[in-house]
Amino acid sequence: MNEFALNIINCLPDLLAATPLTLLLTLVAGVTGLVMGTFLALARLSGQPLLSWPAAAFMFVVRGTPLLVQLYLIYYGLGQYMGHSWVRHSFLWPYMRQGLTFALFAYSMNQAAYNAEVLRGAIQSISKGQIEAAEAIGMSGFQILWRVRLPLAFGNCLPVLTSDLIILLKSTALASTVTILELMGTARVIQRQSLQVYEPLIACGLVYFVVVVTLTSIMRPLEKRLTRFRKG
Amino acid sequence: MDTNQPALSVRDIHKQFGNVEVLKGVSFDACSGDVVSIIGSSGSGKSTLLRCINFLESPNAGDIVVGGEAIQTQKDKNGVLVPVDKGQLRRMRARLGMVFQNFNLWDHRTVMENIIEGPIHILKQSRREATDQARKLLDKVGLFNKEDQYPAQLSGGQQQRVAIARALAMNPTVMLFDEPTSALDPELVSEVVAVIRQLAKEHRTMVMVTHEMALAREISSHLIFLDNGLIHTQGPPDQVMDNPQSERLQQFLGLLGSNEER
Amino acid sequence: MSECLNYMAWGAKGWGDEFFFAFFMTLKISFIAYVISFGMGLVFALFKLSNSRGLRGVAGCYTTVVRALPEMLMILILYFAVAGMAEKAMVSMGLVGSDFQFSPFWTAVIALAFVSGAFMTEVIRAGLLAVPRGGIEAAWAIGMSGPQVFTRVVMPQMMRHALSGLGNLWLGITKDSAIVSILGAFGELLQTGYRAAAATKEYGFFYGLTALFFLLITILSLVALYWMEKRLNRGQA
Repeated sequence: MNEFALNIINCLPDLLAATPLTLLLTLVAGVTGLVMGTFLALARLSGQPLLSWPAAAFMFVVRGTPLLVQLYLIYYGLGQYMGHSWVRHSFLWPYMRQGLTFALFAYSMNQAAYNAEVLRGAIQSISKGQIEAAEAIGMSGFQILWRVRLPLAFGNCLPVLTSDLIILLKSTALASTVTILELMGTARVIQRQSLQVYEPLIACGLVYFVVVVTLTSIMRPLEKRLTRFRKG
Repeated sequence: MDTNQPALSVRDIHKQFGNVEVLKGVSFDACSGDVVSIIGSSGSGKSTLLRCINFLESPNAGDIVVGGEAIQTQKDKNGVLVPVDKGQLRRMRARLGMVFQNFNLWDHRTVMENIIEGPIHILKQSRREATDQARKLLDKVGLFNKEDQYPAQLSGGQQQRVAIARALAMNPTVMLFDEPTSALDPELVSEVVAVIRQLAKEHRTMVMVTHEMALAREISSHLIFLDNGLIHTQGPPDQVMDNPQSERLQQFLGLLGSNEER
Repeated sequence: MSECLNYMAWGAKGWGDEFFFAFFMTLKISFIAYVISFGMGLVFALFKLSNSRGLRGVAGCYTTVVRALPEMLMILILYFAVAGMAEKAMVSMGLVGSDFQFSPFWTAVIALAFVSGAFMTEVIRAGLLAVPRGGIEAAWAIGMSGPQVFTRVVMPQMMRHALSGLGNLWLGITKDSAIVSILGAFGELLQTGYRAAAATKEYGFFYGLTALFFLLITILSLVALYWMEKRLNRGQA
């Protein structure tokens, strides 16, 4: 086996060890983002100016600025202010100081904004008749939301939510810029230590490829199952 | 409940869309076992009237009384009547079974789930009880083997029959039909008509907006010809149809008559 | 507050002029990368729709791999690895002198374009597929040449179908241009923000400002896109 291939293989153990962190970032931010995104979408569509305006503004600003800037703003910016305030002396500080907490916060916010936009569209596109049918049998507003509106909306936009989750997975690479040693960060450490330019990056690419393909193949059947009502 | 009370009483309903007055004061009663059919040209306000009965549209004035109990309303800032007590509205709606023009089945639920949704979550029946009853109803509408299908897998006629079963499952005092066959392909109309005819034979109280003149004549105890937002003529169907008193009604029946030949 | 205004002073004392030029540098990087990625997208979309199995395979590999990998990783790989290999290849072929090197700026821009090009390929492919066959046949029927059919009939209609996708890719590339800041000092917005924040320790202020400038780009782009959509949709019901 030639040296190049061997170098790539030598990178793999460290990279595989870093993969759980990439998955953790993805799953935590994915779930938090989905929950927050649902509330955001509902606030956006609530018809209450006090709720819908802030929600719309949040979604617009987050979707209109680069994730990397948000990551820096939260990691350095929040860190700067919290470092001076009471937070510094609270028992939470040791946890909060870690880049991971900031990164999770940034990714969750970002994902929430994108999910909210998708859900907003899906909720709006539900046919009025199905809501009326629910009203006509005497469902309450909450029952209609929980039993008709949301399941239909999620069913309709699940493919988009899935692809947004994959985008989130890929964007966790940016967390390496705020000291987090997930896949990308680990590859760059190997790069520096081994003085190899190409091999760690290519090995890292291989791992990402496998992870993305695996995640996609987990999501497809799930998608099919949850949206089996759409076709005969 | 006072048995002398009509099952449904509609009193002096007015409805405006913007500056256009669609309903200009419409009243009628449906006693237990009555089948009231409402006919009229498109734009005469008949669907709006039906939707005002269960407040899917908010009327601007008038009263709806179900089994002697009037829905308490107040005017909101847009000048339309809204129910004071949402709980009362939901109770009333549960007693008024609505069948829509476009079926409006819930896409994400199977046939069975569509039918038991209301009985379980509104009437608080047990799942078992609701399912047993749903099977009987599916049998009645001729769809016994379809309970695990999704609406998207059914034809329009089948969907409408499921929708009828869904409304019946609530064991409503009055069934409301909003042009139940007008969204169907012609060859599917008869299967839905057969179900409606069967319900009439069982003396279900029904209010139906329809274009099916033959059906209206056959099953109605009372026929209302709505024109330009007002009841133009009403009475037993034979009397209204065979002996039209006005040019307007003659015109309308003449138009439909030529259609019915198909 | 006044302190912040001092930070934004023009000239050597403040960062006003730096941000001003960085704003245009980000636009410049985005625009050049966008134009290149459009060209790449068009070529690979035609590959995907071609009859040649080989070309379809190449285009399929390109879009699958690039879309499965993080933008940042792709940009790093292209910046370090591929540029170096391309230089060696070009030197060995005698195309350029032995001391040839891509400038870091162009390497970064091309890396960005290469990533965006994969998404562009899909958008253009869908746009091309949406062009009705009848219009193309009508163009052949009046005797247009192949290139004429493409530029006069296919392209304008493709653009109309692809406009919203193309607009989203533009918005995406302006934001992805921030990733270029990890490659080196090109004086674009995020790198300028980074320098300013590091020099003054006012992280919150300068990253907030950076975000605002990006938001400004987004808003201006949305206005421009809205206007273009209106123009392109003339004659549509």
